[in-house]
This record gives sequence, C-alpha cells and structure tokens, in this order.
Amino acid sequence: MSGVAVELTAVSKRFGEVAAVREVDLEICDGEFFSLLGPSGCGKTTTLRMIAGLEFPTEGSVRICGQEMGLRPPNKRPVNTVFQSYALFPHMTVFRNVAFGLEMSKVPTTQIAERVKAAVDLVRLSGMEKRKPAQLSGGQQQRVALARALVNQPRVLLLDEPLGALDLKLRQAMQVELKDLQQRLGITFIYVTHDQEEALTMSDRIGVMHEGRLLQVGPPEEIYEHPRTRFVADFIGETNFVAVTVVGPGRVRLPGGEVVQALTHSPAGTAATLAVRPEKVCLARPGAAPAAGPEVNCLEGVVRRRVYLGNSLYYHVELGATTMRARLENAPGVGQFAEGDPVCVVWEAGSGEALEG
Amino acid sequence: MAGKRRALSETDAPVTPDLERSAIRAESRRGFLLALPGYAYLVIFFAVPMLIIFVYSFGTRTATGKTLLGEWNLDSYQRLFNHFVLGILWRSLALALATTVISLLVAYPFAYYIATRGPRLRGLLMVLVMVPFWTNFLVRTYAWRLILGRNGPLAAVLGFIGVNEPRLLFTNAGILIGLVYGHLPFMVLPLYASIERLDWSLVEAARDLYANGWKAFRKVTLPLSMAGVVGGTILTFIPAFGAYIEPELLGGAQTMMLGSFIQKQYYAVSDWPFGSALSFVIMALMLVGTIIYFRRGGRTA
Repeated sequence: MSGVAVELTAVSKRFGEVAAVREVDLEICDGEFFSLLGPSGCGKTTTLRMIAGLEFPTEGSVRICGQEMGLRPPNKRPVNTVFQSYALFPHMTVFRNVAFGLEMSKVPTTQIAERVKAAVDLVRLSGMEKRKPAQLSGGQQQRVALARALVNQPRVLLLDEPLGALDLKLRQAMQVELKDLQQRLGITFIYVTHDQEEALTMSDRIGVMHEGRLLQVGPPEEIYEHPRTRFVADFIGETNFVAVTVVGPGRVRLPGGEVVQALTHSPAGTAATLAVRPEKVCLARPGAAPAAGPEVNCLEGVVRRRVYLGNSLYYHVELGATTMRARLENAPGVGQFAEGDPVCVVWEAGSGEALEG
Repeated sequence: MAGKRRALSETDAPVTPDLERSAIRAESRRGFLLALPGYAYLVIFFAVPMLIIFVYSFGTRTATGKTLLGEWNLDSYQRLFNHFVLGILWRSLALALATTVISLLVAYPFAYYIATRGPRLRGLLMVLVMVPFWTNFLVRTYAWRLILGRNGPLAAVLGFIGVNEPRLLFTNAGILIGLVYGHLPFMVLPLYASIERLDWSLVEAARDLYANGWKAFRKVTLPLSMAGVVGGTILTFIPAFGAYIEPELLGGAQTMMLGSFIQKQYYAVSDWPFGSALSFVIMALMLVGTIIYFRRGGRTA
C-alpha cells in the first residue's frame, strides 16, 4: 500500500437539478480493495463512472496515479471497468471480447494471443474462447467481463455490482475468487455494491454513501462496530436504536430515566441515538447476571417476543419505556427464555454508540 | 390426496407420442388459420399475376400489337441482351446504387442523432421524418420539377456560385436527387429502429477498453446496427431500381430507367411478351440478390 491510486477532491456531480454526488473526498491506496457501499441511487455508480471517465464531475478533481484526469476520455485512463450487465460484445467471440482492449492499444498480435490465453486461464474459462456471449451462463459471462478488463493489466479495476445478477451460491463463490484474484494480482479494486455482506467480506476499506454523500470510510470492522451516523448503523447489519440524552462523557440517559454507559461524541445535554447491535446484547436470569460494572450495562426487563430463526433466536425485551432486541446463538451453553420471563439485559459500554441525531 | 394423485397419473398415462403429435398438428393448423388472409391476398394478387406475366413472357407479339399465346418461344428473353436494354439496366442499377449509398450516408448520422436524443425530441423528429408521407408522392415529385427547373431556386443558387447554365431537370442528377428525397425516410426508419435498440453500455465498454470514438463506432455501434443498414438498403435499393415516377417526371428521353421502359412496352409499344420477360427477370434477380444480401448481412449483424 505504497502510493495513492485514486484521489477524489471535492467531487460533485449534478444531472440538471439532481445532485447525484456531493463533495466527495476520497483517497484509495495502491493495491487496496475498496468498496463503495450504499442503497440504489446513493451516487456510488456515478462516482465510479467519474473515475472511469464515463461521466465528468460538475465540480472537483479526479486524480488517478497522481495524474489529474480533467476531461480525459475513458480510453486514455489507466483503468478498466467490469460493467453491471457485463456489457460483453454480443457479436464477438469470447476471444475477441477479451482481445478487444489489447487490439485497441495496438499490442502485437502474437502477444495478444498469449495474453488473452493467460487471462482466460486466470478466470478458468479455457476452451470457451470460440463461444459467443449468448452461449455462456451468467457466471461465465461475468468471468469473461473480468478477463476482458484484467487482460489490459490496469492499475485500477472498477467493478460496478459485478455479482448482482448471479444467484446466491455463485455469488459467494465469486466473492472469494475475486478477493483472491485481487490479492494475487495486487491491482487496486474499486467495487460498487449495495450488498453489505459482500462489502464486509471482501473489502480492505469501505466507503458508505447515502444521498450523494460519502458518510464514513474505514475498514469493515470499524464501519460495523463503530458506525458514525444513524444511517450507517442502520444500513449495515441490524441495530437497536434508542433515543437518549447525553448526560456526560460516556454516559447517556434512556427515555425511562436509567443512565447507561456508551461511547459518546457530543457534549452533555444534547439529544442522541443509542445504537446497540442485537448480537452484542446478552440476556441472563435475574440474580444470575453479572453486576453492573464500569464496563458493563445491566438493566432489568421482560421478554415480550421470542423469534426463532434456526441458527439463532431473537428476543424483544421490554426495558421500561423502550424495547431492545437481543440475538442469542442457538448453541449449547446459551440460555433460552420464554415470552414473559423477567431477564437482565447486559451489554458492554463499548458496544453502545451514542450517535448524533 | 391419494385419489387426486391417481387421477393425475391416469391422465398422464395415455400421453403417448401419437397424442403429442396430434397436439402439435392442431397447433400448426391454428397458426395456418391466422396466416390465411395474408396467404390468400398474396396468392391472388401477387402469385397469380406473376404467373400470368411468366406465361405471357413466352408469347409472341403480333403485328397489330396483340399477344399471341400458344406458340411459346424465348424471343423476348433473347432481346434482353440488346445493348439498348442493357444500357437502361445499367443506368437503373447505377442510379439505384447511388441512391442507396447517398441515402445511407445521409440517413445514418441523422438516425443516430434522433436515436440519441431525449424521448420528447425523438418523438417530434420521427414525426417530422414521416410528415412528407402526408402529401401525395406525385405532388411532391412535381414540386421537385419547380425546384430543379431552369428558373428554379437551385439553379439560381448554382448560377450564383459560378456554374454556367446549370441543368438539373431531365438529367441523371435530377433523377438522383428525386430518388434520394423519396427514399430517405425508408432508410431512416430501420436505421433508427436498430440504433435506438442499441445497448449503450457496450459503447461505453468499448471506450473503456481504449477505443476512441471512431473505433467504438466501427467495432460496436455499426456492427450492432447492421440489421438496420441491411433493412434500409433493401427498402431503398429495390424501389429505386424499379422507380417509375421520379425518372418520368425528373428525367428525360436520354435518362430512361427500367420502370418507364417496362411501362412503355405495355402501353406505347404493346409488346406484352417483352415487358413480361423484363419484369420477370428483374424480379428474379432482385429476389436472388436480396436473399444473398440478407444471408451475408445477417452474418455480420
């Protein structure tokens, strides 16, 4: 991770009245697997297209490998794209599809044959060179799209929801394969997805986008464990949200009046939202619970609903004026509770994040 | 539950290849009924007249201009190789080819432009392409006589830029202008349809793979709109080849095309066998040419 591969500075893109991307600042390192994650219409694809040169920013600058891109067309940028619908040329064979970029950049014919073969082998499609895209399955088409981009040995590979059209099993297999490929080749991957699991599994860092803004950038664990806004906490994984008031550093008051410990980011007296992941919440029988210490919150409540999910169980626990969901593994040694049981709800201070707003 | 399963297997059991075949036969009968009006029309008004023409082409013209049937001969076909007839054939071919090429060169960029506009402008432009059809074709071609005439506006412009005594009306150039004018919409429509269907992410992919604008057009846009090019050129070339009104109104005695020549055989010369032979040979040539062209165009597209 030596240099900076892609650098966006105050990049905005407007389509008429609609602001698709707003003032995005972002640095993506050499050899990094970076994911842009967000719901549809959040501006992630537009951001990717601005790096590819398929759109140009209304404001701001895009630099690739230190060079200002300005209005440089896509064919003059050291990046290649794997398109969402693959965009394979239907009138060309797999070989001609993969060779396209090399032919355009006037690589000698003998080298083209070699490099296409290597790329086709890399994505495990040997023997399919003479087929047309329509004669391939979705997964195979996806691989051709990947080979067609990788054969050019770009510094940066842009992927726009490349696995979106595949079924779950194939998608999971391809996730592993993509990550493996990226690590072996050492190319920077910029990966656009709306699938949080995909982003969490593969990425070195994730940038979460919403309504054109880049809300938070960080490694998957940081994004998941310490979301900085309510949107991020809500979009990635599941979260209990409780409206609270900050009473001091590390202390917030619940609507029922109880004061619990949490990570705070705002001064005393401000309203905040306490976010706690259900799997961070433990339940214990009253009396058997560990005493509330400096690092642990412990509140008494009543189980109102029990939801059986197979590998885990959800308990909706009434805690005075609020409700909190706890997710317990369906595993030996983990206690099970019935609806109506009084319980102690336990979570660590560091698992609760008091978010602004 | 068990009873239901038994009932199912009972109806399943008798499904034999015979039964399946009769179902397929019934389906094809229904399909034929749908096509029947179309078939009937084509047989009565196309196949039967073609057959009559075919029979007449072996007949003999009597001295009074009547056609004698019964003494079958190939005289009419031999006369096709007369150099005057071949000259007309070549002129028709050349003018039709020129019409097709010029129409293609004008229509492709225009169709591309229309297909890449927003939906509202696109609709408006397509209506404008059709507007000429609201006026009778004969009237529009007469209008060209005024435009191309010795005292017409075009001659005035040409004279102004230094062309001495510009002559357009009654020349090949005049016919060509009229032919291109008349056939341009038939070129624009199929081209528009195929360009409008184009998946633009393919062009983006080509640009992303280092193709400049022109290369992306050559390697992706053009091959993928080939269906429109093939359709448009056929819709332009065939009617232009047999054009009648344009050469009649805009051409002169020196610029006769096939359409007029055939018409003369029937009405002026009363040589039905020769007119029939001409018509039949041309139709056969067009048919063969179109099939070959479609095959080859279909491969590239």
